Amino acid sequence: MKDVRLLDKGFSPGKSLGLFAKAHPEAGGIASFVGKVRPDEEVKVLELTHYEPLTLPDMNALADRALARWDLDGILVHHRVGMMRPGAPIVLVAAAARHRRDAFEATDFTMDHLKSAAWFWKRERRSDGWHWIEPREADHADLRRWT
Amino acid sequence: MAIRLVFLGKLADVAGAPEVEVDPAPNMDGLLRQVDEGLAGQLETHRIRVSLNGEIVADGRGIRPKDGDEIAFLPPVSGG
Repeated sequence: MKDVRLLDKGFSPGKSLGLFAKAHPEAGGIASFVGKVRPDEEVKVLELTHYEPLTLPDMNALADRALARWDLDGILVHHRVGMMRPGAPIVLVAAAARHRRDAFEATDFTMDHLKSAAWFWKRERRSDGWHWIEPREADHADLRRWT
Repeated sequence: MAIRLVFLGKLADVAGAPEVEVDPAPNMDGLLRQVDEGLAGQLETHRIRVSLNGEIVADGRGIRPKDGDEIAFLPPVSGG
């Protein structure tokens, strides 16, 4: 089972994870990752923009790749777009599997791809205005772990 | 009818709007002649990917635009 969504409002990762666990009583384990807007005194607001025709279809394709590569009962990918405050959740990835290694690796793989290859653009508002965030080389290095 | 150009990320700032409509033209050059010269220059750098009606194209310059097309210019992503 695949649960892939773009969310334009705040969400509760705990609640989503609870529902995901309930939907997979057969799983032997669930691994999850929650990404948040990093608390930073300088940053007032983070804005994530996406491109409708590409972003969600690509997230679905990414979830399909994880399902094909590991033995999973289900995968969940929820990603925010829009304006967020520091500390707010941006992303929740969870994988349910019979065995833990599959769940850990599928979650790690999915996060690395979301961080460096998904169609999102980020900017943050500081006291002196908006700043676009450039890609980080570390994220691309993380992606190469999976090739 | 017209052709819609969509600008993602900081290209929207350079363009002054997230999208514009331009008149049909036989090729990409003809479309880009209708936007600001500075913006056109940025759209043509190799780091900008191009999608036509929601599909990434390997060669943006090779697009033969048709009425009603949506062409998006995608700078490097900054990650989720």
